[in-house]
Amino acid sequence: MFEKILIANRGEIALRIQRACREMGIKSVVVHSEADADAKYVKLADESVCIGPPSSAQSYLNIPAIISAAEVTDAEAIHPGYGFLSENADFAERVEQSGFVFIGPQAETIRLMGDKVSAKNAMKKAGVPVVPGTDSALPEDPKEVMKIAREIGYPVIIKSAGGGGGRGMRVVHTEAALLNAVQTTRTEAQAAFGNPMVYAEKYLENPRHIEIQVLADKFKNAIYLGDRDCSMQRRHQKVIEEAPAPLLNTRARIRIGERCTEACRKIGYVGAGTFEFLYEDNEFFFIEMNTRLQVEHPVTEMITGLDIVQLQIRIAAGEKLKIKQRDVQLKGHAVECRINAEDPYKFTPSPGRITSLHMPGGPGIRVDTHAYSGYFVPPYYDSMLGKIIAYGDTREQAIARLNIALSESAIEGIKTNIPLHQELLHDAAFLRGGTSIHYLEEKLAKLAREE
Amino acid sequence: MDLRKLKTLIDLVQQSGIAELEICEGEEKVRISRSGQTTTHTNVMMAPAQAAPVAAPAVAPAAPEVAPLPEGHVIKSPMVGTFYRSSAPGAKAFVEAGQAVKAGDTVCIIEAMKLLNEIESDHDGIIKAILAENGQPVEYGQPLFVLE
Repeated sequence: MFEKILIANRGEIALRIQRACREMGIKSVVVHSEADADAKYVKLADESVCIGPPSSAQSYLNIPAIISAAEVTDAEAIHPGYGFLSENADFAERVEQSGFVFIGPQAETIRLMGDKVSAKNAMKKAGVPVVPGTDSALPEDPKEVMKIAREIGYPVIIKSAGGGGGRGMRVVHTEAALLNAVQTTRTEAQAAFGNPMVYAEKYLENPRHIEIQVLADKFKNAIYLGDRDCSMQRRHQKVIEEAPAPLLNTRARIRIGERCTEACRKIGYVGAGTFEFLYEDNEFFFIEMNTRLQVEHPVTEMITGLDIVQLQIRIAAGEKLKIKQRDVQLKGHAVECRINAEDPYKFTPSPGRITSLHMPGGPGIRVDTHAYSGYFVPPYYDSMLGKIIAYGDTREQAIARLNIALSESAIEGIKTNIPLHQELLHDAAFLRGGTSIHYLEEKLAKLAREE
Repeated sequence: MDLRKLKTLIDLVQQSGIAELEICEGEEKVRISRSGQTTTHTNVMMAPAQAAPVAAPAVAPAAPEVAPLPEGHVIKSPMVGTFYRSSAPGAKAFVEAGQAVKAGDTVCIIEAMKLLNEIESDHDGIIKAILAENGQPVEYGQPLFVLE
């Protein structure tokens, strides 16, 4: 087992990884920018290294600085968290080349899943159902492009091969708009990802976002830890997540879970990962795979009783997965609210000093946040302050507990999206369950019109 | 751990500039903190094996005692790495205290990922204080020299 792990991230996930390390008796080295010098997990770390000025590019995305920090502190492994360099295959490669263990899958796997076209093809080969669409990047010839779109059937969505996470996509409803859309998406893709390749898929009108959490060790053992429903999204950013997905029949769940673990074995996946699907008319369609820990991992931890971060560390250290699929029991229901430092309805970021902070507690409540009273939320990074998670025997109990928890929460000095969460947790459609990925934006548009 | 060893450790902490010392030997653990530091406890503990090891409070790679910086222009480290005062072991140091430097003169080397980076002074002046030791790990922004 590792003696020292370097945590190459910030915010609530740095604290989460640190907690796993501390519980396992592993020393934690935290790297941070100048803006995060007063972070809670920096103060709690065994060692901390300032790696750069506030800007992400010069700190949390600065590969030489991070590896250098691992060298001077004699860390053995690096946990990349989520975002930043966690899905950067070059980083994973350089970490390993420098003699450290990258806590995650192999660089080749990250590369395979990072290219959304090759990811889809790998999944097709592995027997995972995918969104109907092109096998390869769209050709240059406009006549070919129009033929492909006609075969798929409108509406289609044009996506960047190097994109993902909701970035670099455009919906096309009619043939007249097709070629322009393809060209614009190509240009954007080149600018944003350095890769102008685009592909086309059928656009599903009212799907839900359901994802499968997997864990695989270095010995080809792979298990799935149930599913999560993350349909409550705004601009492709998840707002509320829950596990398990409501209104999903057990057989469908088992079937898709088995397909995912089979795919893991086929591609030699190692570590924690998530297969993301669109679910419509009782069918699953693979869209992409996240080869890292996800923000919403706590809801899966609550219903399975497992510690995914610790398991990531164990797998990276070469341990065999002791848990077999039949040992994975899904019990109860968990719902998570992402708490952001932003205006609840305008969504403008709200950095600044938290003058007072009070977090909830009680049965079934889990709070994952690095914020504390007096903490200065820096303006340089994303606005997520943390997550409030509620667990219950049923979905109704989890939601009831979450409502109580939100009403007890107080964060002053900055704005947060707690009022929006309170509104959503009282929304009739949400309470019924099964809302689509467009629901939140439609609701917000309606609220804006009513003003 | 016997009392003689313990006494030696206590004397060591008292005589040196160490703020806190934690030693684990097999299942035995001892932590000795010097009183007058920011941490509250000053007692010597003989802790038997515990399920969750006690983590020592944050100790950055720099020197444990934070003395106020002398007045003057501070040259800070532009990167993470290992600080060296000369170009090779045994070679003459780039600068010594009292030496005059001009902007652009090499004052030290910081080694990062097997590459030696020459760090230049960004100001004219006289070296008033050298704040890092040869071979010491340094972080971004860490004060290295003070110029007059």
